[in-house]
Amino acid sequence: MSDPRAMRRRDAFLALIFARWREIYREPEVVTWSIVFPVVLSIALSIAFRNRPAETATVAVVAALENERITRILRNTPGIEVRVVEDAVAAAHALRMGMAAVVVVKDADGVVYRLDPTRPEALLARSRVDDALQRSAGREDPLPTREESVSEAGARYIDFLIPGIIGMNIMGGGMWGVGYHLVDMRIKRLLKRLMATPLRRGDFMLAQMIVRVVFVFAEVGFILTFARLLFGVPVRGSIIAIMFVSGLGGLCFAGLGVLTASRAMTIEKATGLMNVTQMPMFVGSGIFFSAERFPAVIQPFIQALPLTALNDALRSVILEGSGLISQAHEIALLASWGLVSFVLGLRYFRWD
Amino acid sequence: MAIKTQGDEPGRGSDDAVRFGRRVDSSDNRVRMTEAVVVIELRKNYGAVEAVRGVTFEIARGECFGLLGPNGAGKTTTIEILEGLLHPTSGQARVLGRRWGADDDEIRERLGVCLQQTVLSPKLEVHETVELFRSFYRAGRAPADMIAEVGLTEKAHARVGALSGGQRQRLAVACALIGDPELLFLDEPTTGLDPQSRRQVWDIVNEFKSRGRTALLTTHYMDEAERLCDRVAVIDHGRIIAQGSPDELIHSLGGDHVVEISVGDNGSSRLDAGRLTDLPAVRAVHQEVGVWSLAVTEPHVAIPALLDHLRDDSHELLRLTTRHASLEDVFVALTGRHLRDE
Repeated sequence: MSDPRAMRRRDAFLALIFARWREIYREPEVVTWSIVFPVVLSIALSIAFRNRPAETATVAVVAALENERITRILRNTPGIEVRVVEDAVAAAHALRMGMAAVVVVKDADGVVYRLDPTRPEALLARSRVDDALQRSAGREDPLPTREESVSEAGARYIDFLIPGIIGMNIMGGGMWGVGYHLVDMRIKRLLKRLMATPLRRGDFMLAQMIVRVVFVFAEVGFILTFARLLFGVPVRGSIIAIMFVSGLGGLCFAGLGVLTASRAMTIEKATGLMNVTQMPMFVGSGIFFSAERFPAVIQPFIQALPLTALNDALRSVILEGSGLISQAHEIALLASWGLVSFVLGLRYFRWD
Repeated sequence: MAIKTQGDEPGRGSDDAVRFGRRVDSSDNRVRMTEAVVVIELRKNYGAVEAVRGVTFEIARGECFGLLGPNGAGKTTTIEILEGLLHPTSGQARVLGRRWGADDDEIRERLGVCLQQTVLSPKLEVHETVELFRSFYRAGRAPADMIAEVGLTEKAHARVGALSGGQRQRLAVACALIGDPELLFLDEPTTGLDPQSRRQVWDIVNEFKSRGRTALLTTHYMDEAERLCDRVAVIDHGRIIAQGSPDELIHSLGGDHVVEISVGDNGSSRLDAGRLTDLPAVRAVHQEVGVWSLAVTEPHVAIPALLDHLRDDSHELLRLTTRHASLEDVFVALTGRHLRDE
């Protein structure tokens, strides 16, 4: 770079990048929204959708000589808790108060299950008790079956959630961190002031995008580290692949931010536009639940959204350790969205 | 209003246009080199609103030129066209011998711009802001020297958001001067500032002028125009209604002094503008909310005659003041309004 003009351009470019970086890290709200908010959200959701231990069915049995065998069998059956009560009145009370799901009574004809069939746990308890009693009475099941419980790391709700939260943050950061910032600069006439200097418009925009991508790297690194330490979320893909997908997502949504910010002259208008743009992706792109839940008719629309592609690619790379080649479709979709919106945004951008 | 000056001749603006038009038509290099700014018949419409309606003026190199007028007169539109930020609807604007649209990068390297009410990023420190602006220019001043020149050395490491209004404005001027411009544009540089801050900004502009540089400023403060400007164009409703040095404009009133009186209602007849104008050394008379203003060449001649006149008609004199005429008086004489009437 011996050409003084090129050197000056580079200096201006670096100065803009540093200035924007300083603005970002000196803004307490930025830390709140990009670091604290996703962490709190994932903790809250992981509590709400935690994997519960298998439920135990509580069964009441009246203390009587003829019930002793039943009590013994049920006590030895996993998943059943036996509550021995004094008499039929106490048994009815336990049933009414929800302290027992089923009352088991032996009479001359066999065994009676007393229960409220509208309560799901009553039906569960009845079925378990019945199984246990029938088997001990000699029933043979004609079809052998067995259970395998799935709760390994990588297949839990929190594992599904974390890449979605990262995608959501990349979207919000691009739209607000770039789009809102540009509108704010326009309102404060700072854009106009910069345009009165020899600074090139393209250089200015590129600096905004680059700072955004660097910030995405920091954000993603933090959330993944946190998710791994606190929830044991597995990070199976290569760091390079994860950062490539995240960085591309950052550029894509920074481009959408430029487009939504290109004309707005008031914060209200900009905020409205950004919310309208983000809303379909917020609901449809599989942040909190799989995008597959939507009917087939609207799937083409949902699959064309950039956040759907970003979330899918992040989940594959982070949870399944997929390489970038397998994500070519998602990568192409993100790149196209980013490029088209950036070019259009710049084309119609209002600098004054 | 009775007035004996040429100030409100309707054809004055177009006379200027003819005069400048002739000089520019012969546009040889000599004219181009000496004029920092040439504006010919500049017009700017926003839909049906005509913000600038045929403005013509020129600014010589080394001159400080002021556009003086009330809010909404078209000052900001004119200066932003010259800054290359707005496109005129018609007319010509040449800056440093170049035309916007052809040599933009080259013009911007040599311009300093201070917009009306720019909010610089509050999160950056003073020296960071000045260094950022310095990085945009090929050549320029050392940021530390520039900060010292606007008196912000002590605040160099303070955040912009923590500065007072006056300090922010000095920082904005520093950002305009950091590229060591040949031509400086200041749009209302001291609006909303306290008197001390205004004086500090004036000192900075005077220092810039003393190095032989050219400046164009807009203002609705007549004292600012008188103090800083070599020449002034008075602009109203998008047109230039008078142009000249502050002294020339004040002289055009016909008298350099203003005598103001107010009288009680008990005189034998009402005061009459015609009769006051006939008094010796009185050149113009203007009345507003009970106060009569007389433009006067020789107060020591006019005042005794005025007092005789009041005594003869037994008017009770409630107030008499005398002062040197200002550009405010020029504006009042030309438009019948005050600069800051809204």
